[in-house]
Amino acid sequence: MAVDTIWVLAEVADGVPITTSLELISQARALAGTVEAVAWGDATASVAATLGEYGVTKIHDVGDLAGSLPGVPVAAAIAAAVAAGGPDAILFPATYDGRDIAARLSVRLDRPVLTNVVGLTTGDAGLVTQHAIFGGSQVLTARFTGAGPGIYVVRAKSFAAEPSGGAPATVVAAPAPDTGATNGAKIIARHVEERTGPKLDEADVVVSGGRGLGEKDQYVLIEELASLLRGAAGASRAIVDAGWVPYSHQVGQTGKTVKPTVYVACGISGATQHLVGMKNSKNIVAINKDQDAPIFSVADLGVVGDVHKVLPKLIEAIKARG
Amino acid sequence: MNVVVCVKQIPDPAAPPALDPGTKNLVREGKLILDDSDSYGVEMALQLADAAGGGEVTLVSMAPNGETSGLRTALAMGAARAILVSDDALVGTDALGTAKVLAAAIRRAEPDLVLAATESSDGYTGTTPVQIAELLGLPSVTFAKKVEITGASVKVERQTEAGYDEVESPLPAVVTVTAGVVEPRYPSFKGIMAAKSKPVETLSIADLGLDASQVGGAGARQEVVDVAEAEARSAGEIVVDEGEGHQKVIEFLEQLKVL
Repeated sequence: MAVDTIWVLAEVADGVPITTSLELISQARALAGTVEAVAWGDATASVAATLGEYGVTKIHDVGDLAGSLPGVPVAAAIAAAVAAGGPDAILFPATYDGRDIAARLSVRLDRPVLTNVVGLTTGDAGLVTQHAIFGGSQVLTARFTGAGPGIYVVRAKSFAAEPSGGAPATVVAAPAPDTGATNGAKIIARHVEERTGPKLDEADVVVSGGRGLGEKDQYVLIEELASLLRGAAGASRAIVDAGWVPYSHQVGQTGKTVKPTVYVACGISGATQHLVGMKNSKNIVAINKDQDAPIFSVADLGVVGDVHKVLPKLIEAIKARG
Repeated sequence: MNVVVCVKQIPDPAAPPALDPGTKNLVREGKLILDDSDSYGVEMALQLADAAGGGEVTLVSMAPNGETSGLRTALAMGAARAILVSDDALVGTDALGTAKVLAAAIRRAEPDLVLAATESSDGYTGTTPVQIAELLGLPSVTFAKKVEITGASVKVERQTEAGYDEVESPLPAVVTVTAGVVEPRYPSFKGIMAAKSKPVETLSIADLGLDASQVGGAGARQEVVDVAEAEARSAGEIVVDEGEGHQKVIEFLEQLKVL
């Protein structure tokens, strides 16, 4: 089963396509003859050159959404474009908006969604997906059956983003049809929270904290070490659930996937929920007082010790280096 | 104000998960418990109904074998009643099929607001709530970190990559809440006792007017091709901190030229 055409949701943030979308476009190029993108907003024309460079030939431009959350109008626009001649597969980055759009589109096309995809290959069975299950200890391969395009939601860092030197993509209008009251959710205001370091899923160094920190106030140790290493601060699900840090910091199955050069896990036991989000980091350092903690089974360097003793000394020692 | 909370009853996450070797479905035998992720939605619903000066919180769930132990936990927290869809034909239902079942059940409760977690802890597909919204023709606001009802609309602080958006939507609407945004109450002894006699309406797919070909293994349009062991990551050096553990970390970071 050959794959002719793949569409990729090209999400744009701060005027440029997000990295995960570029990763998906790069992989789509290896799988299909034609790669096209779906984008929205007022900056589509300005990203045509970048998307073209990664191999996109055509952009289906939904245009400005007039303050609507993207889920409803973008899914409706894609469904209309699919009806006019659709692709074999549509790839979505696993982002807040990507997930919304994929779920809405699923109902419109009456096709299920394969989510948490970490690999996409073609074989005799057509397009198949890989999913990390049980903390990444096993890999599940799945595929769609029946007619209609496959809808895939792919996690960040599943593929490398590599430009292919293509010409700027052409932009065609793909306006959203009227969706009435369903499209009632409107953005009233946007709040940008100050971030001093790199983004969690793009950082070279990630320092994460877990329940072993003992209390919310101790998370400053994680932030300080992350900042000294010019990295980002992450968290285990346990302390997000406890309300110590916002969901956006969560690394793991129900959070972000990270693949930094170094991942430093502090007071994290290493539940399967967490491991699946970080075990593909290039190097892993774990500090935990329980020597039997599962995190040590994936650590390149494990320090059996109390984070309240090790972290302050580590921070002081790094500061002393100037 | 009437609020429906979608809750999932899942195998205890502390027990090792397993796939059925034949069907490759997640094994969901034995006692199921309330997914922790759903306790935030239940708490939020109770608080919102309270703030609105009344109304009912209804749980909607789909589970095999008429399982209610997870529902009882949420009823003990304070929910008024539950609708459970349980039917042998539902084995192997995919997320879209689940959304069709839950949407049909939710319709019966005629809610002003539908709450759900952003994803379940076991399957974590994370699409069902928004699929429900689309099936019901409702607006949705996902990844809420704060939810407030003002008259006939819901105001939400929605998590974004850069911070958060203030989003407003007319009711009825579907809202998914992230974990940790409210502190779920522990069921009181009185609550646990009261939960035993709260109404749980158990429905089959025929009761919901759904066709068996749309759900279950028959209606699923995705399949597992293979399950294999992942490449194992081997453990490295382990040192016990006796006051100098941090030096090891420094050396390691130096080798990697991070320092």
